[in-house]
Amino acid sequence: MPEQTHTRYGSNIGQPLTRREGLLKVTGSARFAADNHPEGMLYAALATSTIARGRVTFLDVAAAKAHPGVVDVIVPGNTPQLAFDPDDKDSPFTFRMDVLQNDRVRYANQAIAVVIGETLEAATEGAALLAPRYDVEPARMGLDGNETFVPPAVGVGEPPDIDNGGDVDAGLAGSAKRVDATYETPAQYHNAMEPHAIVAQWDGDKLTVDTPSQALTMGQGRIAQLFGIDPANILIRSPFLGGGFGSKALMKGPQILGIMAARRTGRPVKLVLRRDQMFGPVGHRAPTRQTVRMGTDDSGQIQAIHHHNHTATSSFDDFFEPAANLSHTLYAAPALKTTHTAVRLDTGTPLFMRAPGEASGSIALESAVDEMAEACGMDPLAFRLKNYAEVEPISGKPFSSKNLRECYEQGAAAFGWSKRAAAPRTMRDEAGLLVGWGMGTATFPALIFAADARATLKADGTGLVEIGAQDMGQGAWTALAQIAADGLGLDIDQVEFRMGSSDLPNGGIAGGSGHTATAGNAIHAAGGDVIAKLARLATDDQRSPLFGAGNAGVVARDGRLVRRDDESRGESYADILARAGLPALEGQGSAGADQDAQKRYAMHAHGAVFAEVKVDPELGQIRCTRLVGAFAAGRVINPRLVRSQYFGGMIWGVSFALHEEAVMDHRSGRPLNANLGEYHVPVNADIPSLEAILVDEKDSIINALGVKGVGEIGITGTAGAIANAVYHATGVRVRQAPIRLERLLGDLPLAAE
Amino acid sequence: MNRFDYIRAESVADAVKAKASDSQARFIAGGTNILDLMKYDVERPTRLVDITRLPLAEIAERPDGGLRIGALVSNAKLAYDERVRQRFPLLSSAILAGASAQLRNAASTGGNLLQRTRCYYFYDTATPCNKREPGSGCPAIAGVNRIHAILGTSEHCIATHPSDMCVALAALGATVEVEGPGGARSIAFGDFHRLPGATPEVDTTLRADEIIVSVDVPAQDYGQHYTYLKLRDRLSYAFALVSVAVALKVDGGAVTEARIALGGVAHKPWRDEAAERLLVGRPAGLDAFKAVADHILAPAVGRSQNTFKIGLARKAIIRALSQAAAGTPQSQVDKRIQ
Ligand SMILES: Cc1cc2nc3c(=O)[nH]c(=O)nc-3n(C[C@H](O)[C@H](O)[C@H](O)COP(=O)(O)OP(=O)(O)OC[C@H]3O[C@@H](n4cnc5c(N)ncnc54)[C@H](O)[C@@H]3O)c2cc1C
Ligand code: SF4
Repeated sequence: MPEQTHTRYGSNIGQPLTRREGLLKVTGSARFAADNHPEGMLYAALATSTIARGRVTFLDVAAAKAHPGVVDVIVPGNTPQLAFDPDDKDSPFTFRMDVLQNDRVRYANQAIAVVIGETLEAATEGAALLAPRYDVEPARMGLDGNETFVPPAVGVGEPPDIDNGGDVDAGLAGSAKRVDATYETPAQYHNAMEPHAIVAQWDGDKLTVDTPSQALTMGQGRIAQLFGIDPANILIRSPFLGGGFGSKALMKGPQILGIMAARRTGRPVKLVLRRDQMFGPVGHRAPTRQTVRMGTDDSGQIQAIHHHNHTATSSFDDFFEPAANLSHTLYAAPALKTTHTAVRLDTGTPLFMRAPGEASGSIALESAVDEMAEACGMDPLAFRLKNYAEVEPISGKPFSSKNLRECYEQGAAAFGWSKRAAAPRTMRDEAGLLVGWGMGTATFPALIFAADARATLKADGTGLVEIGAQDMGQGAWTALAQIAADGLGLDIDQVEFRMGSSDLPNGGIAGGSGHTATAGNAIHAAGGDVIAKLARLATDDQRSPLFGAGNAGVVARDGRLVRRDDESRGESYADILARAGLPALEGQGSAGADQDAQKRYAMHAHGAVFAEVKVDPELGQIRCTRLVGAFAAGRVINPRLVRSQYFGGMIWGVSFALHEEAVMDHRSGRPLNANLGEYHVPVNADIPSLEAILVDEKDSIINALGVKGVGEIGITGTAGAIANAVYHATGVRVRQAPIRLERLLGDLPLAAE
Repeated sequence: MNRFDYIRAESVADAVKAKASDSQARFIAGGTNILDLMKYDVERPTRLVDITRLPLAEIAERPDGGLRIGALVSNAKLAYDERVRQRFPLLSSAILAGASAQLRNAASTGGNLLQRTRCYYFYDTATPCNKREPGSGCPAIAGVNRIHAILGTSEHCIATHPSDMCVALAALGATVEVEGPGGARSIAFGDFHRLPGATPEVDTTLRADEIIVSVDVPAQDYGQHYTYLKLRDRLSYAFALVSVAVALKVDGGAVTEARIALGGVAHKPWRDEAAERLLVGRPAGLDAFKAVADHILAPAVGRSQNTFKIGLARKAIIRALSQAAAGTPQSQVDKRIQ
């Protein structure tokens, strides 16, 4: 029987429901990891290295132990035995970690001891009393002056050099107009509001941990590997994350140290990172220096693009920001190539940070495209339309769907782009501020990971849907429940929805903007499975009004199955189950990449972002005053949450362009602004009026739900749009993020001089 | 987090005594700076003397028509006080340019004066710093110094005083009223904060056993022609890269009195009275403003990352003087420039 004969209808998907856990959060009753206090719990505090490279030669363990309330001190040599070397790597998703395996220091803020106390205060003071001494070696910092090499792979396993077969050098040589420009982006740290935290308790070989995780099953596997226990013996609870942004996707050293501390003391242990301790062991966005070479013919048609990214990783692990690869998808180019080089620095290992690669790559590419458009004497939007990619430039594959033209059109109309003066530094507002309008194209791959879900119909006709999915604040509790309810043909309030725990079916990774697609499609399939079983029960049963309707098909709606060809004939789920004598009926579903479709199609979400900035003509102070983004990302499950994701991304774009930067001391290797007062992200006053337009896009190829991702795309396009707007306002091209006023000042003379 | 005693002072004399008897004792008022310093291990007091119950939380009239601002008046209360808004709008404006609403609610007048520099190295006990550990060196001079001083620096320290409020108080010629075991004394605002010289560990001329009881602002008439212009990396909740407080009296287009102080450029709010005198008697116009700016900045020295502050300060002084002369002060409400 073809699957589509059974249709599930619902009115939940597409509704702008507010967050279902919102009340819990605003009343403080949502229980985050660090809110757990099991009986007998101890507190662990990390002692972290003040140097970036060298060896620890002395720790005053006796002094720490002598401090009242200190229970134990873990240092190299007395750690619980691990079953897997924390310096080994068996997949790109294995993050090498520092868990006191030796006395080496590889970056500032690395854990060098764990002090466990009856109180947080005792543990903290104990850690301070360790007064470490070091053999210091000079820190290797900065993109220059260290050996440059071609990384074996970038991102999670992509080749470092990719081209589309065209001859870039010939294309550039033959171009009428050329741009060759270098852009720099600084190291950035995720800084989720909720720091990494863990409460760990052992019961024999069974382990329970409360910790924020963007990937429960992967986390379970990693802990199992390190401690040599069965993953089934590990329960990770992660109902809420106070933000993840990629930094909570993989288990990190401090979490493992918390588990070790619990093992050693035989008591539950809580370990929460201090804000400054997050600047090191839990990943960051690596700095980049990107060179974009681009050429066009006389008409403004791109002939060649070479996007090169020079980046940095740690001395001991291999994550390389794949920034150049953003250029694979956006602009048609007969010759296109992307290359990467890197240096090794004495910093923690960089890792995915919201739009990893794409965010950094986008500000460079979109700036270069703006420079190219100007060189061609073309409006930036007209230039982008002229070079619109009808197929994916790097692969030649058609897109599964691409409604970027509509994004350009709707975004430009809402923004009023047609009134833009072509020449820079020609627009002013009534107060005399320089006004600049810039744009950028947004793009992000539509990813899907493997996941399973379980859907149960209960005797009373209500449903239960379970999946180990994760809510990082993006709204999974709500959007996935909407999908779950529609999958069962029930109202959302009739479905109990459980997620955020590793004893539920594998919900995949909440990352890569793929979680709604991943968990959503698994849930959708599970709903389909149980409805199909229920339909079989009814249509095979002579006593059912649906008997024999198997060929015509049935429709599941509002807790009833009805005949497709005669909706007056049907019966409720509860009746079907009662007659069959079943207390419940269970269905399973799974999701994963459709390899065949992926071979044939390129799959991406797209968008267009338009920015207005105002710049003081003398003082250079910049304010982003208006942002309009239009995005096409397949089916929208919940427009309120989707808009909120776009806003969050666009605000991050403001941060990227104007604020964020980890200030590093190149002598000591220490991040100097490791606190939220001085690591700047935008505050309300910096956030302009925001508008996010949800452009319709149907995609029947990408996955059953037709869902792409919305979590990261908002950063791409935005940062470049702002940089371009600053140029348009001032005539000064700043190729270094964040754009600070001193980079403009020299070109902003006093009006009267 | 070291252990310390906590004492709640019931009277000013009490507070002075509790502090004087222990060189490692510290007062705590709003706590917005001292607690951070303790968490960073920069301060390790043996005793915290809580002064928040002292009767120093009122703003009182002075016989000359000025105001006596109790040391415990919160920054928020001060900024929004009707008398302050009417008579000393420059002070209101400067306070509102600083920190965030939450911090201003907690921060006290006395604490604001005594807040310590935001130099990154000062807060990082893993690095040397002459201010924190005399004689250990100043890593900012050859390191990260974008936010550092351009005026009045020494080879020992190039830190800035981070306050906004103090820049206005310097311009307004306030006095700091203090009490110690030996009695009360009054310190002119310009003498309160120090330049670093060879002893950058000493921020002010307040003695270790003294307490600030009030800040007095004499009567004056700068209600029309004033401005506080603050330039920073984001539009709120950021310290000044450069700020300028200006108060003028203008008569028939000519300046009759002028007060100018700069923030974010020196170890203290930077006031240059000779530059102020350059303005007096001259038409309130660009030529005079430029002369003032150039005079103030003549001794300025930039470092590897902060040389931009010299040019920025010049433009900011000229802009602030223009705003004040025109009677169009910088708005602190919508965070716009101009
Ligand atoms: C993130 C952040 C951003 C900020 N941004 C700004 C800004 O933009 N502009 C700005 O101007 N400020 C800013 N501030 C600083 C803020 O204004 C000060 O921290 C505050 O004014 C200090 O006042 P307090 O009462 O909290 O002082 P406390 O922290 O209580 O005390 C500070 C010091 O003063 C001493 N002290 C307090 N009262 C007295 C007294 N009466 N007599 C003698 N000694 C006393 C204490 O012993 C301590 O040494 C910011 C602070 C933070 C944390
Ligand atoms: S500038 Fe002053 S406060 Fe900063 S490191 Fe140097 S001595 Fe310390």
